[in-house]
Amino acid sequence: MKRSWTELRAATWFLAPALAVVLLFLFLPALAAWMLSLTDFDLYTFAEPAALRWVGLRNYLALLQDGRFWKALQNTLIFVGLGGLLTLCLALGAALWIHQRFVRWKAFWRMVYFAPVVTSLVAVAIVWRYLLHARYGLANQALAWLGLPPIDWLGDPQWALPALILMAVWKNYGYDLLIFLAALQAIPEELYDAARMDGASVWQQLRYVTLPALRPMIALAGLITANGYLQVFAEPYVMTQGGPLDATLTLVLLLYEQGFRWWRLGYAAALAFVLFVLMLGLSWMLWRQHRS
Amino acid sequence: MNYRWIRLGHHLLGYAGLVLLAMWTLLPLGWMVAVSLMPSGAASTSPVPLWPDTPTLVQYATLFAHFHMARYLANSLIISGSITLGALLLNAMAGYAFAVLRFRGREALLRLLLMALLIPIHITILPLFLMLRAMGLINSYLGVILPNLASVLGIFLMYQFMRTLPLSLIEAARMDGASEFQIFWRVALPLSRPMLASVGMLTFLGAWNDFLWPLVVLTQHTHYTLPVALANLAGEHVQDVELMMAGSVVTILPVLLLFLGLQRFYLPVLLRSGLAG
Repeated sequence: MKRSWTELRAATWFLAPALAVVLLFLFLPALAAWMLSLTDFDLYTFAEPAALRWVGLRNYLALLQDGRFWKALQNTLIFVGLGGLLTLCLALGAALWIHQRFVRWKAFWRMVYFAPVVTSLVAVAIVWRYLLHARYGLANQALAWLGLPPIDWLGDPQWALPALILMAVWKNYGYDLLIFLAALQAIPEELYDAARMDGASVWQQLRYVTLPALRPMIALAGLITANGYLQVFAEPYVMTQGGPLDATLTLVLLLYEQGFRWWRLGYAAALAFVLFVLMLGLSWMLWRQHRS
Repeated sequence: MNYRWIRLGHHLLGYAGLVLLAMWTLLPLGWMVAVSLMPSGAASTSPVPLWPDTPTLVQYATLFAHFHMARYLANSLIISGSITLGALLLNAMAGYAFAVLRFRGREALLRLLLMALLIPIHITILPLFLMLRAMGLINSYLGVILPNLASVLGIFLMYQFMRTLPLSLIEAARMDGASEFQIFWRVALPLSRPMLASVGMLTFLGAWNDFLWPLVVLTQHTHYTLPVALANLAGEHVQDVELMMAGSVVTILPVLLLFLGLQRFYLPVLLRSGLAG
């Protein structure tokens, strides 16, 4: 009996600092964000806090009538859908390619493809801004070698979002690749032996052994990637500032602008919650896939 | 005979694919380094040069002499270093409590904590900004450090690792009359060195590359971290490609080297953190 008391006291001391940080800087702000989204907190509130009013769900209603919100939502969903799909496909393809039996120095290839993941997003976004430069960019140089006309990657509303997605795929596919490689190594060799005994071709082995075995991990990688892309911010902030004509405006960029440039914190908080609900919904969907 | 040729062709094709993908992956980074070694204006020509005629460090010299690069580098080191050390200690302590100590409500508390993994940063930044403003911590190192001093993921990883520590060793230390803190400091921590290295690395890389929160809370350039300073510089010096590339190299190189040197600690934990998240 005495033991459990001393352990409880020790546990309190051991847990208190970390829990205080999590409580104070994570749970409390999350709760406060919900409250904030029900107020008309804006620039004037800083000068006169007493003027703060509850407005119920009015911020959310205003959001639904805001054309820029829908534009940002559309861009973000395209980013998640197209970018997520491309990232997963490239990572899966590369993982299967490296996993072929004759390939040597597997760790080396893995390290090379993973390198962009650890780089600073801001720094590589700046690099890509110049790579995609309309006149002096390497991308258009490559197009010229192929005999194709140049593209104004970041200046053309049609191309700006695809250009950012291209950059994001480059930056992130190494992470999913890592997950897939680990999953491939975990598939028991006997499954392939059995498939070969039954006369399965390489394609049939891929279709009926490898892909089903990878399915939970594909769902998991999809979950992590999609959650990252839903919060895409630094790429448009650095490369296009959301332009041209809001072609690369994303939800978090809009949130940042509303909250920290125009200081409409109540409105921005409502936006944050809409994004949160989107994330939860998507996570739940993909998590079910992962578990099944 | 024929069969061998087919196999050789297959292997060559296989390696060609790998090399091609590697080139696409490394080209932007290689080009960044190449351009950072060019004199001003050299990269803005057609056709685009891939390598400087006469490599020069003049861009780096300009960055450090006129653009406070040393200051930003120091800011980044101070902030990332403090976060890493502080978070390691706090996460390890909490992980120890969950893994080794028995107390009522342990499972429930752990589950509650794991739910916090679902809370994204963009939800918290608005109230967090108001909170830190009230505390007078806007534009200070502490403003960036404090909210990152513990992480649910870090706690969870430490907990998982410390659960595998031999209980007999801890019991023996208790028999010898060691206090819980002594056991933690002298027994549990030294045995957890591999996981400490992994979590430390994960934390440092995350803190170094973090952008949104430092951008919000650091309002003046005196306290900018490298990514914030770089984003700011990129807005003002759009034409100076070579200068910006040098700045990118300074920002990327430290963590890239750290990763290359310590990847055996980093990669396994990254996989597990994916599973936990």
